[in-house]
Amino acid sequence: MTGVGTQDSGDQPLLAASAISKRYGSLLANDAIDLVIRPGEIHALLGENGAGKSTLVKILYGLIAPDSGQIMWRGAPLVLSGPAEARHHGIAMVFQHFSLFDTLSVVENVALALPPEPLAALSERVYRVSRDYGLDLEPGREVWRLSVGERQRIEIVRCLMQNPKLLILDEPTSVLSPTETSGLFRTLEAIRGEGRSVLYISHKLEEVRVLCRSATVLRHGRKVASCDPSRESAASLARMMVGEDIHDVQVKPHRGDGAERLGVRQLNRASPDPHGTSLADVSFSVRAGEIVGIAGVAGNGQDELFSALSGEVSSLPEAVCIDGQAVGAKGIVARREYGAAFIPEERLGHGAAPGFTLSENVLVSQHGKQGFVRRGVLDRSALRDCLAAIRQRFDVRAGEADPPARALSGGNLQKFIVGRDIMGAPRLVIVAQPTWGVDAGAAAFLRQSLVDLAEQGAAVLVISQDLDELFELSDRIAVLSRGRLSPALPRGQQTRESIGLMMGEAMREVAHAPHA
Amino acid sequence: MMIFEAILLTIITAATPLLLAAIGEVVVERSGVLNLGVEGMMIMGAASGFAVAILTGSSLLGVMAGLFAGMAMSLLFAALVLGLAANQVASGLALTIFGLGLSGLVGFPFVGAKREAMAHLYLPYLSDLPFFGRVIFGQDPLVYIAFALVVAVALIISRTRAGLILRAVGENHHSAHALGHNVRQVRLLAILFGGACAGLAGAYLSLVYTPFWTPGMTAGRGWIALAIVVFASWRAGRAVIGAYIFGGVSILQLHAQGFGLGVPAQALAALPYLTTIIVLFALSRLPRGSSRAPACLGQPFLPAR
Repeated sequence: MTGVGTQDSGDQPLLAASAISKRYGSLLANDAIDLVIRPGEIHALLGENGAGKSTLVKILYGLIAPDSGQIMWRGAPLVLSGPAEARHHGIAMVFQHFSLFDTLSVVENVALALPPEPLAALSERVYRVSRDYGLDLEPGREVWRLSVGERQRIEIVRCLMQNPKLLILDEPTSVLSPTETSGLFRTLEAIRGEGRSVLYISHKLEEVRVLCRSATVLRHGRKVASCDPSRESAASLARMMVGEDIHDVQVKPHRGDGAERLGVRQLNRASPDPHGTSLADVSFSVRAGEIVGIAGVAGNGQDELFSALSGEVSSLPEAVCIDGQAVGAKGIVARREYGAAFIPEERLGHGAAPGFTLSENVLVSQHGKQGFVRRGVLDRSALRDCLAAIRQRFDVRAGEADPPARALSGGNLQKFIVGRDIMGAPRLVIVAQPTWGVDAGAAAFLRQSLVDLAEQGAAVLVISQDLDELFELSDRIAVLSRGRLSPALPRGQQTRESIGLMMGEAMREVAHAPHA
Repeated sequence: MMIFEAILLTIITAATPLLLAAIGEVVVERSGVLNLGVEGMMIMGAASGFAVAILTGSSLLGVMAGLFAGMAMSLLFAALVLGLAANQVASGLALTIFGLGLSGLVGFPFVGAKREAMAHLYLPYLSDLPFFGRVIFGQDPLVYIAFALVVAVALIISRTRAGLILRAVGENHHSAHALGHNVRQVRLLAILFGGACAGLAGAYLSLVYTPFWTPGMTAGRGWIALAIVVFASWRAGRAVIGAYIFGGVSILQLHAQGFGLGVPAQALAALPYLTTIIVLFALSRLPRGSSRAPACLGQPFLPAR
C-alpha cells in the first residue's frame, strides 16, 4: 500500500484499503486485509462463508468501524462515521438481505435514499433510470407485491440514482433466474462503461469469471490472493478460496426403476399468504434409488410444496402417498414413521431452534424415535451420544461439544441438520435448498451425502434454485413455476437453457400480471 | 333536544383526552416504539397541570405544565429504550407504575382543591347556530387542538418527507440506518411528541373533564388510548373514530343505566371493550398493508459498530 498518494492521478485507485482488521471476541473477522479498486473496474471479492467478505464491505460502507487499518478514497484518507457519510462520498451498497421497506411504494423506497425531492418528479426519474438500464420498475407499486428479482432491481436503481462512484453488490444473483442474471450483467457492464466501479461478491465462480477482470480472495479473514478471474478456472478459484482441492461429487447412474416411494397426485393448495403462490394440480413421483430435482425461482410455490409434503399443512389424503399409503391428511410425525425425513430451507428457526443446544435440536426432529425420551424424561446422555455420532460422521465443526445452534456457521449448521435427519437411514428424503449459502467444501460434502443415500436405495427429492446443483445431483428435473410443476424429465433430455427459459418465463408473466 | 345536546357535549369531553393520547401514541408506534407508559405520562400531566393551574391561577400555564410533565416522563422512557436499548414493554409498564406513584406525591397538597373548568371558546355567530352550534363551535380550545393535531399528523405521515422517514424507521430500522437515517433521533422526537400529547390529555382530565385532582384519576384511559391505536390500525384519522366510539359508548352506557334498561350495569360498562374486540376482529380480516402494525414495533435498535 505504499506509494498510493504518489501515483499519478490517471492510475490512482478509486479505493485503497490497507491492513483493515476487525475482531469480534475471539474471532478475527478481518486480519490486515488489503483491497485496491480501480476506476471503471468490476472487482470480485471471493471467499467461503465466514471468510470475512461481509465484514469488509460493511466497513467500506461505514456500517462497521474497523479496529485498525486505513481507507484511501481517491487518494485521500477516509474515516467513515456511518453509512450516510459513505453515501455522501459516492459509495453505495446493495445488500444480500434486501434493505427495502415492504409497506412503502417503490418510489418512496427510492426517496428515502436521496435528498428531498417531490415524489411526482422522482417517480418520473425512477421510471426513466430504470428504463435506461433495462431494469423496468413501476414506481407506484408497493414492495411486498413484487417478486424477489424486482426487489433487487429497486435496490440497484436506488443505488444508481445516488450517482455512486463505487457500487457494492453482496451476492446479487443468488435470488435471480438465469434471464435476470444476464440482464444484471448487462447493467453492470453499462455502469462500468460510465467509469464507475463495482465491488462484486458472489459464490458463483463461473459468473465471476465472465464478469470480472480482477479479484481479491479472502480465507479465514485474511487476503490470500489477488488474480484475474478470466485467466483462472472455476476449480483454481475454488482452490484459492478453500485452500485445498474440492472433490467432485461422485455420481454413479442411479437405478430409477425402484418402487415408487413418494407419489403426489393433483396436489392443490391455496396459499394462506396473500402474496404467496397457490399450488395447482402438482403431480409427480420419486422412486427408490433416484434423486428428483425441482427447479424454480424463489416464490413460485417452493415453500408451499415443501410444507404440503412434510405435513406442516395437510391436504387431501390421496394427494400425498408414501410407499403407497395415503398420508396427505397426516402430520409430520406420522409421515416420519413411514421412513421420511424433511430438511427445510431455513436453517435457523425452521430447521433448528437457534437458542437450543445441538443435542436439544436432535430431539426437535427425532422425538418420535425410541430411546431419547423415557417415561417423559429426556435422556440427555443418549442425545449427546447421537450428537457425537452426527458430528463425527458429518464433520460438524464447532468450538464446544454441545453449543447452541445459533453459534454454528451456516455450513456447519446445515451439515448438522442434514446429518440429524439422515442418520437413521430414511427411505425418503425431502430437502429444500440443501447448500444455500454454504461454502464450496461443505456443499460438495452435503451433495455427496445425498447421492450416497440414493445409492443405498432411498428416494430423494431436492427442491433448489441452484441449477448447477440440480444438474449435478438429479436423475430427473422438473420446474415449479407459479405453483405449477412441469413433467420431470431425465437430466440428459434437458439443458440449463431449456430449464432457465421455463423459470424465466414464469418471472416475466408474474411481472406483467395485472396486480390486484 | 337539550338532553341530546348534553349527551353530545359529554361525549366530546370524554373522547378528547382519549383522542389526544392516542394521536401521540400513533406517532410513537409508527416510529417502531411501543410505549406502554401512556397511563403514567397522562396522570403526571393531570397532576402537574392541576397543581400549576391552582398555584398560578392560569389554565394556560396549567396546560403547558401538563404537556411538559408528559414530555419529561417520555424523556425518561426514551433514555431507557433508546439510550440503553432496554425492553420496551417492561420500560413502558415501569413508566406507568412510576407515574401513578409520583403523581400521587405531586398532587397530594392539591387534593380537595377546586377550580372552575377551563373556559369554552364560543365562536361568534357560529356558536349561535341552531341544534349543533354550541356543540361544534362552542367547545374548549383543547377540543380544537386535538382535531388540528389529527389533521396535521395524518398529513405529515402520509404526505411529507418527515412522515416517510418516520414510517421507514418503524418499518425496518436496519434499512433506515443503512440508508443514513438517524433511527434513534427520529424515535426520540416521536417519543417526546407522544409524551406531550399524553401530558396534554392528562391536563384535559384535571382541568376540563373533572376540574379537580384525585390520585389515579386517569382510571385506565391511557390503556384505552393504546387500544385505540390498534383499533385505528396506526392511522391518525381512524383514531378519531376509535376515540369517539369509546367516548360515546362509555357515556351512552351511563345514560342507558340512567334510563333503567333491564340490563345489568356491568354488561353495559363492558360495551366499549366488546366494541373493540369486534372491530379488531373485523380489521384482522382486511388484506395486509391496510391494517398491519409497523414491522419493527417494540424491537430495540442497536447498530453494530
